[in-house]
This record gives sequence, C-alpha cells and structure tokens, in this order.
Amino acid sequence: MADYNWPEAGKRSLIGKRISRLDGPVKSTGAAKYAYDIKRPGMLYGRMVTSAHAHAKIVSIDTSAAEKMPGVKGVHLIQQPGAEIKWAHDEILIVAAATQDQADDAARAVKITYEVLPHFVNDEAKDKSPEAKPAQAQVTGEPDATLAQAEVKSEGYYGLQQVSHCCLEPHGQICEWEGDQMTAHCSTQSVSPVETQFGEALQIPASNVTVMSQYMGGGFGSKFSPDRWGIECAKTSREVKAPLKLMLDREHDQASAGARPSSYAKVTVGARKDGTITSWVSESWGSGGPAGAGSPPIPYVVQVPNRKHQHTSVATHTGPARAWRAPNHPQACFITMAALEDMAATLKMDPLDFFLKNIALTGDRSKIYEEEFKIAADLMGWKQKWHPRGEGGKGPIKKGVGLALHTWGGRGHRSNCECVVYPDGSVEVKIGSQDIGTGTRTIIAIVAAETFGLPLEGVKVSLGDSRYPESGGSGGSTTVGGVSASTRRASVDALNLMFAKVAPTWSVTAEELEAVGGRIQVKGDSSKSMPWKQAASMIGASPLSAMGSNPDDTKGKLNDSGVGGVQMADVSVDVETGVVRLGKLVAVQDCGLVLDMKTAESQVYGGMIMGICNALSEERIFDPVTGRLLNGNMEFYKLAGLADVGELVVKLMTGPGYDDRGVIGLGEPPVISPGAAIANAVANAIGVRVPYLPMTADRVLATLAKAQKGGAA
Amino acid sequence: MARDDNPRNGFSRRDFLKGGAAAGALTTGLLPEGLATEAEAQTGEAQVVGPGTVELSLQINGKREQVSVEPRVTLLDALRVQLDLTGAKKVCDRANCGACTVIVDGKPVYACTLLAVEAQGSKIETIEGIGNPGNMHLIQKLFVENDAQQCGFCTPGFVMATKALFDRHPSPTATDVKQGLGGNLCRCGTYAGINAVVAAVSKGGVSNG
Repeated sequence: MADYNWPEAGKRSLIGKRISRLDGPVKSTGAAKYAYDIKRPGMLYGRMVTSAHAHAKIVSIDTSAAEKMPGVKGVHLIQQPGAEIKWAHDEILIVAAATQDQADDAARAVKITYEVLPHFVNDEAKDKSPEAKPAQAQVTGEPDATLAQAEVKSEGYYGLQQVSHCCLEPHGQICEWEGDQMTAHCSTQSVSPVETQFGEALQIPASNVTVMSQYMGGGFGSKFSPDRWGIECAKTSREVKAPLKLMLDREHDQASAGARPSSYAKVTVGARKDGTITSWVSESWGSGGPAGAGSPPIPYVVQVPNRKHQHTSVATHTGPARAWRAPNHPQACFITMAALEDMAATLKMDPLDFFLKNIALTGDRSKIYEEEFKIAADLMGWKQKWHPRGEGGKGPIKKGVGLALHTWGGRGHRSNCECVVYPDGSVEVKIGSQDIGTGTRTIIAIVAAETFGLPLEGVKVSLGDSRYPESGGSGGSTTVGGVSASTRRASVDALNLMFAKVAPTWSVTAEELEAVGGRIQVKGDSSKSMPWKQAASMIGASPLSAMGSNPDDTKGKLNDSGVGGVQMADVSVDVETGVVRLGKLVAVQDCGLVLDMKTAESQVYGGMIMGICNALSEERIFDPVTGRLLNGNMEFYKLAGLADVGELVVKLMTGPGYDDRGVIGLGEPPVISPGAAIANAVANAIGVRVPYLPMTADRVLATLAKAQKGGAA
Repeated sequence: MARDDNPRNGFSRRDFLKGGAAAGALTTGLLPEGLATEAEAQTGEAQVVGPGTVELSLQINGKREQVSVEPRVTLLDALRVQLDLTGAKKVCDRANCGACTVIVDGKPVYACTLLAVEAQGSKIETIEGIGNPGNMHLIQKLFVENDAQQCGFCTPGFVMATKALFDRHPSPTATDVKQGLGGNLCRCGTYAGINAVVAAVSKGGVSNG
C-alpha cells in the first residue's frame, strides 16, 4: 500500500530536482492566452469612467453625448449623483462599445460635475488627518521603566511609502452570458472563491457561474476578488447582451487596484553596553486609503522582553489597500531591523554580532536564524566588508553592508482535487487552483508523477477553471502546501485502487505492490512487474478516480508552517548624486521540502527583486494639491530593470531537519527583508540613516544635507 | 509632521521634476537600441491618410496581412485585435515597459508606440514568428530552461528584445546587454533567469539551467 507521506530523500525521482516549468514553452512563444488576449465572438469592449477628484460628491452625470457616439452599445452607471467619492479614479460608470477606441472616445465624452470636498493624501502627517484612529498600545513586561534605566538608548524615525502591485497584466476580465449562466475569463489569483463571490454579488446561484484563468499576468495579492469592475462588467454584459471585455487602463489600475499601506514609526530601543537588548517603545501610523491601515507586527521577530507598541490608522483619499505580497511584514521588518541596526551602530557593534548575541529573542527558529546568518555571512564576505558606520570610503562612492531577518507562515490552504487514471494509462489531475506564475502546474505534475512512478509527461494537470474541485486562492504562500497535499492524497488513493486491481495477477495483496520507473511491481521482486499501461488496462472500461483534500490529518503529514530567512546586502552610494547601487544581495531561506528546486529558487529571486524595487525606486506619489496619483504609469512608477539589481545569491536550506517538515510556501518570505537589509547597508555606507523607503536619490541627498547641517538623521 | 528629509512632504513641482531627474539615473529608463533611431528613419514625403478606416498591407512573419484600421491604431493593437497575434502584450501603453516589443526591419521596437500605418513596407517579426511550443527558437528554449519567466506577461517582449540583441551583437558586451534589455521590465523578478539566458546564448546555447 502506498504511503501518503513524502518519499524519503533516496527514493525521490522528481521531487526536489531542477525541473523546467511545464507552461514555459507556451509562455515564451507567446502562445499562452491571458484574459487580456482572449477574444469571444461578438465581444464588445468596455472602458470605466473614474473620478477626477480625490474627494467629492457627484452632482450630475450626463452620458447623452457618449451614448450617441459611433459604436457605443450601452452605458452602465455604477455610482449615482449624490454618491461620495473617496479617491481619484473611484469608478463611476462603464461605457461598452464595438471597439476599444470607440469605448475610450465615448468615455471621454461623459460629463460629470462634482462638488469638490477637501481631501487628505499625505499619510505621513497623521496630526492633520481628519480620520486618525489610535489603537490601544500593546505592552509586554516593563518597557517604560526598563527604557528609563537602559545603559544605552537609540532613537529613530522610519517610514515606508505606499507602493502599488503594478501587475503587468492589468486587472480585468471578459464576462459573457448564455441564458442565466455567466462565464468570466478573469486575470485572477483565485478561480474557485471568485466563482462564489460572483454568484453572491450578481444574486445568481454560484452554480451558474464559471471562472476561468489559464494564465494570468501577475497578482501579488491584488487579484483575489471579482472586484467592482468584474461585477459591473458582468451586469453591463447582461444589459448589452454581448460578451464584454473590460481591462483597466494603466493609470486606473495603479490608482485603484491595490496599494500596500504606508508605515511610519518612531522607535526607542534600550540595551545594555554589552549589546543585550532590554526594551523597545514605538508608535507607528500609516495608511492604505479610505480604510486606513492596521498595525504591522512591531517589533518584528525579535521579541524584546520589555516592549510597547501603539499604532494609529490614518484614512486617506487614496485608492484602497489590498494584500501585498507578505502583508505588513516588509513594513515591520524595515522599521524593526533599521531601529536595531541603529542601536548596533550606537553601541559601535558589528550588527551581525549584535543580532547573534540577541538571537534567542527570535524564539523557536533562533537556531535556524543563527545557522542562516553564518551561511549568509560567508556568501557575502561580511567580515571582510563590514566596517563601522560611516567608514565607507574616502571618495564620493561610499560602500556598506547591511542585514535583516524575516519570518512567514506558509501553511497549505484548503484544497481539493480529483485524480483520474484512464484505462489507456493516461493520468489527469483536476484542481480548481491556478498557476499565477509560481509554477503550480508544474509542482502538481511532479507530485502526481512521483506518486505513480511515471515521467512528468505521463500526467496532465487541469486547473484554472472553477468547475474543477474547489481549491483556495493563491495568496500568502499557501498554494504549494495545499495543492501538493491534495494531489498527493488523491494520487496515492488512486494508485491503491489500481494496486487492488493488479495484485491478483501475482496472487499478492495490494500492500505488496509499488509503482516505480513506469511499472507496477511486487516490492523488491522485479520478476513480478508490468508496464504502467498494461496495469492501467486492468482497471476496466471506466476510468478510476480518487479525491484528495487538504487539510486531512488522517492521510500523512505533508506540510507545515513557519519559516525564517536572512538577507545581506552590499551597496555603493554616490554621495554627490544620491544614487544607491546594489552590489550584491544574499538570501538564505528555510522553506521545508522543496518540490522543484528551479521554480523555488525563482520565487526567491523574484521576491528579492521586488524587494529591491521597494528599497530603491517604487512608491505611489500623490499630488497634495489635487490629491491625484502623480505616477500612475510605468515611467515614474519605477520598477528596477535588469541592470539595477546587482548580483543575487540564493541559498535554500534543504536536507535533513528541513525536508522532513513537509512542504511550506515560499512566495512571501524573500520579499520581506531586502528593504531593511539594503537600508542598513546604506546607513553603514554613508554614516547616517536614510529614514525612508524607497531610498531615492533625492531622499539620500536630503538626508546627507540634513546631517551636514547638524540635525540628527 | 513635516520633515525636511522627506522631499514628498509639501514638495513643489520643481522639486518633483528635480527628483525625477535624479531617479532617472536608474537604467530602467534606457530605451532599446534602435528605438531612438526609428523616428529618424521616417523621412520622405508626408502622406495624409484617414480620418476614417484605412486598408493596410503589413508584412508580418514573412506573410502579407491585410488589416483595416483607423490611422490612430498602433501596430500593437493591429497585431493583437485585428490579427489575434497576442504574444506582444499591452502593459504600460506608453513605451516604458517593453512587453510589446517586436522586431521591425531588424530593430526592436515598442509596438505600442508605432502606428500600424507607419509599419507599412517594413518587415515585422513577432514572437509568434520565431517559434512555437513544439518548435522553439533557441532563445525561447533557453528562457524555459533557465526559468526566465514566471507569470510570463513580460516574457514575449523580453524574448524579442533578446533576439534583437543577439541578431545585432552575437557576442554582446555588458553595455550591449544593458542597452538591449534595459528597455524591458518584469514585475515577478525574472532577471536572474534572463541573465542566465544571455550567458547561455553567448556560449552558443549551452545552459546551466
């Protein structure tokens, strides 16, 4: 009888190897059809008209001119006169037309008048906010008393600006109706849950909705729901009686389709002269739009024994927040690691020694952090590169190194799948999940093929369609743990059903069989063996099928939660231009059992690069005068290019002690530390703390100018 | 709180432009080589077409294709909407990201910024023309082997920019690579893989994938 637990290291033929993603060829040849690429017969194109003002009341909407324009088939109001607009680009109506250009022309002809209301977009200025909601302080131990008695104190101010998701494929979908059945081709991270949400919003049975997404161009936490544009697209499609494609334009997408909340903090840290951290007192505030923002987990990972943290949520008239890869962790990480590194600098200690001295404060995973720090230090050449703060060189180019650590959960989500073995030997795994670019298709195939002893090509993976068994949305690093477990359980059960059919051939029991190398055989007796195809022909006329689920504690321990990682950066800073160049970024990451080393490493590289963008270039910039997003484009919303990222080194912690925990998600952890590690490297290089991310050239110069004037940075 | 070390606090238009200029030191602003010269090549008699629909004959992937578009329609929209060649993606629509890169007369071009009418008489090569899943171009194969793609939305543009780079510089220098691929952006963060592709093509297609 096949065992549900993952095969031992020596018996894995596919798991943990370097396997190219299965959908690589269709993607690299342009053959993959994304929602934006799909064309349906008779399809119309939509454009949303959005608010010109950040805060206003709609007075009147005149669509008469737009309705008469060439190609226009319908206008659908989302908000009515009298409605309050809370951010610029809040959606007001949809125009549907025969071509995209005609829809755009008609959208421009819509006349909306507003009663403009005062707006507030500067989330850093919490005292000026009309809606600041302070939360109760979280207190552990005796923070105020221990801080008052601390031998050494370090105070700092830190802030991260709002960032957008900036998915390359904008948000959007095609909705079409056939009678009372609605099909949506969505750019989504969540086919199964979106089906249910569409049903609720449209007040039709969820069973009448089908959501499809074979390929999608990036989500990063911003594509979990049908969204207002999805629901209103479906309604408009029903009204105009034609399939309707509605993809957001770039500016609308950047302004409305998701932000990571900002975070600002004042921190005071207390320590003994020997470097032992004793106390932490902080207040933070931030905003992700009209609903403000919750508190990041500060202090982060390093659980200072005496600590107090108070957070204030600040509402702004900016597009609403959405989950952004590792929600709240990059903010907490930067604020905490920067404050601790500032303390190390005050103590004139090497931060590596300082963190190692206090490593027990990181809790359960402290031994792993310690091991990771040592590996990272070797890969970085930390001991050769570190110098006391400000001794970064005599010329205008200053060099420095910095470090940070992070954590994440990553437990597998709820997932169901069906594994079907056909009498001709073909195998199909059907699962209502999606591959958002992480390699989900590939790891499902790896798990099923490994279980059946087949080559990768022997398994077909069918996903991206809500008609398959319900599986969770792809967020929070929960997919790999969820779908690998449900696939393993379904595959093992299907294989055991096959064993029962084949066993009588050799007068043995199913428990005595194994599937290896494309054959089914009696364990340890290659004379009693038959090819997979021949075995499959014995299952009868109908295919054999089994369902698998996660969680399911009765069928093996396949996944776990909780990882730690450390990163180290080295940078050069030109103090004349303020430009920060990343030399090298090292990531050492623990993640449980790796299913595909190639795509796993890609997740880490990708997270690091996104974190580099956070650290050096990307931010939402709002015009204080109009309240509008100034950089809702890809020219001034700056993502790093190929030449901006420096040398990247990835080391995944695998093998005994790691693999046996089972599968743990890896999408979020690597994006958390880069901002903190790079910021600490910049402080080490130039001798003063640049308090803000991103560390754009103007901010670096402003920090240096302030320091020169004698102000505390 | 108005701190003088955060230039975003009460900045002026002048400060914003200044900051933008400094931030422009990032190489993300680099255009693919050839783009700058594209406009310069457009000389000769001015011809007025439109404003209605215009019949065009475009030479795409070695085939003549007839399209009927308004003069304002970009090459990108003509490819994607009229001809269902959807490999080139519409992302920024403003010549910033390179997801729509095609090769026109041997040069990489942002198809979102070239009008279809301007592309008449040129040889246009799109991602669909250089290979398909069953018979990939070497560069496409190396993108797969080196996992130089995640969501894949920037990938066709990167493949075309990489092909144009090697068509022009069989042994590119670091500066050639920076210029040739600096005009393409990826959000998933596949640059490590793309660098591996460049290294592999330079070595004649041998990859460490």
